[in-house]
Amino acid sequence: MHDRILLSHGEGGKRTRDLIEKVIARYFDNPVLSPFLDAGLLGRIDGEIAFTTDGYVVTPPFFPGGDIGRLAVCGTVNDLAVCGAKTLAISCGLILEEGLPLDTLERALSGMRDAAKETGITIACGDTKVVERGKGDGIFITTAGVGVSVDGWRPAPSEIRPGDRILLTGTMGDHQVAVLVARQNLSIDAPVLSDVAPLSGLLLPLLTRFAGKVRFMRDPTRGGVGVTLNEMAAAANARFVLDEARLPVRDSVRGVCEILGFDPLYLANEGKAVLIVAGDAADAIVAVLRGHPYGREAAIVGEVREGGSGVRMRTIAGGVRAVDYPVGDQLPRIC
Amino acid sequence: MCLGVPAKILKTGDATAVVELGGVRREISVMLIDDVSVGEWVIVHAGFAIEKLSEDAAKQTLALFREIAEADPSGDS
Amino acid sequence: MNRGMKYIDEFRDPATAKVLVERIRRDAGDAPVRLMEVCGTHTVAIARGGIRPLLAGAVTMLSGPGCPVCVTPDGYIDAAIALGTERGAMLASFGDMLRVPGRTSSLEKEKGAGLEVRVVYSPLDAVTLAAATPDREVVFLGVGFETTAPAIGGAIKTASVRGVKNFTVLPSLRTIPEAMGVLASDPDVRIEGFLCPAHVSAVIGTDAYRAVAETRGIPCVVAGFEPLDILMGISMLLRQKKEGIARVENEYSRVATTTGNRKAQALMRDVFVPCDAGWRGIGVIPGSGLGISDAYAAFDAEKKFGIPVVFAQEKTACRCGDVLKGKILPADCPLFGNGCVPEEPYGPCMVSSEGSCAAYYKYGAI
Repeated sequence: MHDRILLSHGEGGKRTRDLIEKVIARYFDNPVLSPFLDAGLLGRIDGEIAFTTDGYVVTPPFFPGGDIGRLAVCGTVNDLAVCGAKTLAISCGLILEEGLPLDTLERALSGMRDAAKETGITIACGDTKVVERGKGDGIFITTAGVGVSVDGWRPAPSEIRPGDRILLTGTMGDHQVAVLVARQNLSIDAPVLSDVAPLSGLLLPLLTRFAGKVRFMRDPTRGGVGVTLNEMAAAANARFVLDEARLPVRDSVRGVCEILGFDPLYLANEGKAVLIVAGDAADAIVAVLRGHPYGREAAIVGEVREGGSGVRMRTIAGGVRAVDYPVGDQLPRIC
Repeated sequence: MCLGVPAKILKTGDATAVVELGGVRREISVMLIDDVSVGEWVIVHAGFAIEKLSEDAAKQTLALFREIAEADPSGDS
Repeated sequence: MNRGMKYIDEFRDPATAKVLVERIRRDAGDAPVRLMEVCGTHTVAIARGGIRPLLAGAVTMLSGPGCPVCVTPDGYIDAAIALGTERGAMLASFGDMLRVPGRTSSLEKEKGAGLEVRVVYSPLDAVTLAAATPDREVVFLGVGFETTAPAIGGAIKTASVRGVKNFTVLPSLRTIPEAMGVLASDPDVRIEGFLCPAHVSAVIGTDAYRAVAETRGIPCVVAGFEPLDILMGISMLLRQKKEGIARVENEYSRVATTTGNRKAQALMRDVFVPCDAGWRGIGVIPGSGLGISDAYAAFDAEKKFGIPVVFAQEKTACRCGDVLKGKILPADCPLFGNGCVPEEPYGPCMVSSEGSCAAYYKYGAI
């Protein structure tokens, strides 16, 4: 094998076979994928099926706490988990830039393999393309995921009612800050790890244990908790009120936010979920979440109220303000 | 127009220093202030320390706030 | 995990905030007291702190022109774009400037069309960028008030000492006290007290406001940006009004002093020279700007590339000027939320992270 990806690795000939058999197969070694047919045969599946897809283009591909491979698996697992589905299998579409060091590809694949192993899912099929140097940012990964609903649970925004509580499974902004710091163009040294993690083990058991109490779940990725809550409030046509003092944020993330003028409410997370749950079950659910490694800082951060729609926040100063959609990405500001 | 944060000096260099806030560190320029030493606090704006923060004055301000809160005639603390 | 941020969290205590709000409400008279927060950072802090509704009926906070992005003429954006597209320069800018509308375009839109714009946190990062790319001209968009002017001056001095010849600054620097004087004497505005900027004051010294307080009879209080600082500052203004006095008081004593940062002031006098400046929406205010001095002309992008910043009158429907002068509240502008929204701003007050209109729109819908 060469030590860099060449155009010929994507042309379907011997080099492609070498890439698949000598490199990719070593990381994705399972009976569904191994015959390398044109499709992965999953067999009969019982239950309600959920299906999702996502593309992963993060730069840099490796950052404190994670990598693009882990992200590509967890992101898709989490999209299914917040819809109440256990992931059975995912696909892996790779778009590699000519000149990509093979070592980078292997590190990404190993990230995928480890995340797949942790969640017990099968990487059932895949595809590899190579684009010319300059036409792709190193490595892009697209994953699609197939899952089965747990107990037929479905997200039910229309069930949301005043008195329900808003829960966060942990701290905000860790992922985006970790990636920003890894980009190194702001010369900030911050001990922040991406929170990228698969949440199926954290969330799915809640649906049976607290049957009828979990109304709606989302994972707050791009745009952060602020955007996700706005989307959820709109779907539910409900008024959400947050309590600023209860929002969990690590000191180091706050430090970066204070310096650059960011609002942690709008920073991306890759290992967190927002849940709307019945008021009488909120404390018990938080206790269960906190018993799990990915939910240690879970908290009730607000409630659903009467009157109107949209998201508001009770501030630390005792006032109220709106939490609206942001416009575009946050940029470092001096004002 | 004045986003500036209080940060503690960890290390001093030539015309630069390394500051820390909430566990986050950055190298900044100290060319706008005189004689910084490790352990002092400064206000950081756009990569520069623009002024020192007086810990004594901060304590006095906080003491004033405490006084006001405790003397509150509505009896609601 | 969270041990708290020193010198930030202590100034956010909710119980003390409550007491200060009650104090303010007790000291206010029958009609709401009209106070102006000069600094855009205060506008955002007040909005994000949800403070306006807490003081409704007791205090009306008017947002002043201390938003350097809002008062930068649209000709500046046009000049910056021209430096990139016509002179091939790489632009380096604070994030604040990206979405500000110029006459026909913005940096963000031009970036999408190929203009090279790098967002930097510090003007020194732009000097480093220039040093690393000696075959390209790097123009730093030097926008700000006296808080930022020393930093920009410091970057110019650093470039000079290090011999970085491909670094220039397109300046848009303005000074606060002259603008406060213009507002204080405008009978339409009726300001009963100024909440003065924290970090501008740290640089220029709190004595800089004595002329406004003593000759115009308007109380001035310098306050920090945390909720307790702001509430305390407002309370101090109300007490002065109640006592019928007009002085400069300093709530932000932990950082701001009467004389300010002498070293920074000396550097500003070395690198910059006072000049007349046009404020978008207000007009030309004599002596309220800072230009680059002749000694550092080599670092002045206007001179080096012959692309002047033109200050001209505004699109007629835009009422940003009246908002910046505190004559109207954002919601009084007919375009507010109706043709002028953060995603498609008509004027700078809606796009700037600390423009009054953006702050009202994003945080104020209660």
